[in-house]
Amino acid sequence: MSPTNGRAAVAIVGAAETTRLGVIPDVAEIELHADAVRNALSDCGLSVRDIDGIACTANPVALAHYLGITPTYLDGTSVGGCSFMLHVRHAAAALRSGLCQAVLVTHGQSGRSRVGVGGRGGDPSSLQGQFEAPYGPTGPPTLFPIGVLRYMKEFGLTHEQLASVAVVQRQWAARNPRAMMRDPITVDDVLSSRMIAYPIHLLECCLVTDGGGALVLTSAPRARDLPQPPVYILGTGESSETPMVSQMEDFTSSRAFRVSGAKAFAEAGITPADVDHLMIYDAFAHLPIYGLEDLGFVGRGEAGAFIEAGNTAPGGRLPLNTNGGGLSYTHTGMYGMFAIQESVRQLRGTAPAQVDGVEVSVAHGVGGMFAAAGTLVLSNREP
Amino acid sequence: MSPNKAEPRPTPQTQPFWDGCAQGELRLQYCPSCAAYYFPPRAMCPRCWSTEVEWRRVSGRGVLHTYLINHRPAPGFEEDAPYAIAVVQLEEGPRMMSNIVGIENTPENLVLDMPLEVTFEPRGSVMLPLFRPAKGARQ
Repeated sequence: MSPTNGRAAVAIVGAAETTRLGVIPDVAEIELHADAVRNALSDCGLSVRDIDGIACTANPVALAHYLGITPTYLDGTSVGGCSFMLHVRHAAAALRSGLCQAVLVTHGQSGRSRVGVGGRGGDPSSLQGQFEAPYGPTGPPTLFPIGVLRYMKEFGLTHEQLASVAVVQRQWAARNPRAMMRDPITVDDVLSSRMIAYPIHLLECCLVTDGGGALVLTSAPRARDLPQPPVYILGTGESSETPMVSQMEDFTSSRAFRVSGAKAFAEAGITPADVDHLMIYDAFAHLPIYGLEDLGFVGRGEAGAFIEAGNTAPGGRLPLNTNGGGLSYTHTGMYGMFAIQESVRQLRGTAPAQVDGVEVSVAHGVGGMFAAAGTLVLSNREP
Repeated sequence: MSPNKAEPRPTPQTQPFWDGCAQGELRLQYCPSCAAYYFPPRAMCPRCWSTEVEWRRVSGRGVLHTYLINHRPAPGFEEDAPYAIAVVQLEEGPRMMSNIVGIENTPENLVLDMPLEVTFEPRGSVMLPLFRPAKGARQ
């Protein structure tokens, strides 16, 4: 038997350090990564176009954007100096299971000169610190919706349609005793709520709450012996675009959503028509609109009218954000866990606002401001 | 101008951009092999990975691609609120975030695709590129 127990072996084919070592006061930290990457690619003869996976202890979204990579595998595991051993291990598993074709594991640290450190944003020498923060944003509510006016101009989305996203999700929340906001609201209520960042009103922004969630995963054979009906993972996807919302390729669509969704559906062997229940991370009211289109549930420019017409509401043909979503259920800051929890409840048949006959549920999450995306296709049928 | 507004801190890779601003010029990196400009600054072209790239002065002209109007002012922006945070489509291709000056920031005044031109304002140790309605354009 082979040392990999019959699984395809994975190899390190390129390896290189930065061109210089020691004291490098003239190179920002992110460029130290890029320099090492250029050298490693040169070493192995692959092109950056061959790379679709990226792992680093800094923000892999920022590095992928800097390098011009559209990844389908990102690993930002940061557990100290051994992180790279974990990156290699995770990359080996990802390559064996086909999540991606070639992974970069990179390191760059301006540990002595401290040039351009703090790459996760907030630091004045980061790219966000230089080219976004000086223009006065105050967190996601005043940045994330920046493309909405462009979307409105391109596709004729109305303020009323945008408001209807919040109205419909409140209808779901009204059926959920654990939802934070349960009183019915109207489009007028939404449009007369406080303006946060035109065209976004208070009721089109997610809640800010406390809470948490956890999941336990094991193999299907072992799952059969456990008390709960298993929720199987049919397909998964992930991708990223840019850590700077101002650098999105298209302000009416998320590239990360499109890549992540397509990968998950392909892996599961399904199309949107096969989906019984859908969760789309709704940090703001425009997220379900972008998500419905970028995942292929409706055509471009159609999502606003689709939601306004009640298709995603209780009794509609595509139940969406059935816990009430980040807008009405809860939003701790990283809501994706709660989207997965609701998909699991719907597939177990235990949701407060249970939908009849759910066999396939999709949970789609956003990271940052259209910076990254992750998609899960889940089912209560064993694949 | 409040001293509290966020100040950019250049790195060696972005310094030429800020050097241009200090001289009243908007400069972008240009890749001759792609015949294309790119932004934000990087040591290599994000399309072809060539490091044979150059800094060029660009026109400073663009159009208002998208924006929102922030009603929750950042430190130092209290007297400006509500103010637009905009994305400008530059004539040469790249887009950049900016503020719009020289016009009251209302939805009625700020019409998508309206022509803009760059102007500069001191911010800490740098000159920050801002945009105003282009001369001769509807105001």
